[in-house]
Amino acid sequence: MGTVFSFDVRGGEPLAVQAALREAVAGLHRVNEVFSTYRDDSQVSRLARGELTVDDCDREVAEVLELGAEAERLSDGWFSMRYEGRLDPTGIVKGWAVERAARRVAESGATGVSVNGGGDVQLLGVPGPERPWRVGVSDPLRPGGLAAVVSAAGATELAVATSGTAERGAHIVDPRTGRSAVTDLLAVTVVAPTITWADCWATAAFAMGSREGLAWLEALPDTEALLITAGDEVLITGGLAARLG
Amino acid sequence: MHALRKNHPLRRIVLASAATVSGMVLLLSLKPHTTPAVAVTARSTAPAVQGTQTVTGDTIQTRWGPVQVRVTVKDGKLTEVTAVTYPTDNPRDQEINSYALPRLRSEALQAQSADIDTVSGATYTSDGYRQSLQSALDSADS
Repeated sequence: MGTVFSFDVRGGEPLAVQAALREAVAGLHRVNEVFSTYRDDSQVSRLARGELTVDDCDREVAEVLELGAEAERLSDGWFSMRYEGRLDPTGIVKGWAVERAARRVAESGATGVSVNGGGDVQLLGVPGPERPWRVGVSDPLRPGGLAAVVSAAGATELAVATSGTAERGAHIVDPRTGRSAVTDLLAVTVVAPTITWADCWATAAFAMGSREGLAWLEALPDTEALLITAGDEVLITGGLAARLG
Repeated sequence: MHALRKNHPLRRIVLASAATVSGMVLLLSLKPHTTPAVAVTARSTAPAVQGTQTVTGDTIQTRWGPVQVRVTVKDGKLTEVTAVTYPTDNPRDQEINSYALPRLRSEALQAQSADIDTVSGATYTSDGYRQSLQSALDSADS
């Protein structure tokens, strides 16, 4: 199944916004062509097979690989761009693509932009003068229900990323074993200014498990989180309460 | 440009997207077996229609077959979500439908009552259902 990207755009001059949306969408399709590990002919697949060098690829490939390397470093290897020994930057591409698309639309003069790529959300600006963006966090134990609502009140940039086993079965790999992460967590939701990092941190913390994950997230600057364990416990970082609405 | 208004609860339905000036739903294939499709919808800013409205969304082609969703809106508030067309060719289709349809309804009604713009995390309903649902909401709102 593909991933749905939804745009919610407020304000701005309609023609300029529409043009920016078209560009953002074209950009997402290009990302798919270049980065998909499911396509043998994508630049990333060819790079992984050694048929291309990074310099042969679109410049975005080097940009994403650098961001991914930084995520690996900052997460002490819990976030990884390798899967079964092979280059696989999928873990960072989606968040990066969501953020880039949101910024492209905001540049057109829109006053509020929300982009949701498969459950990873980047918010810019505000939806209206009287109300902040509000993001529901889906409850892994109560399908269709919400575990929390995050408010972007007071923030001009906010992102909400959730990693877990609920959406598509176990898909997070422990980079140390190469197998599905053994974790006591069902879902990790990270709230941070940008979705590129929020998504990486959610993935890394999920693989770490509740104890190490919570402590690690607590130490990250400008980052709050909500972790839900298999025992239906909800753990939150110290500053998250101020974001719940 | 336009504030979210209390008398306009449909705006808050965010399973796919809702916007004042321009909004859109995009399906991006990150895996090769789904055909990428793009649907752009511009929404009007008219006030919510009073009374009961039943609107059927676009038929969306999925790799399992066409799906189409119908919504009932009462005084600007979503009260019912049903599927009028869905794949039934084999037992697996029926299994997916028995799971996806009640969930779609539950997610739509929950999003509305929680006054949220979008949802982070697990999504259980297929893209086709969401897209048809959004087109129905877009039509109902104008």
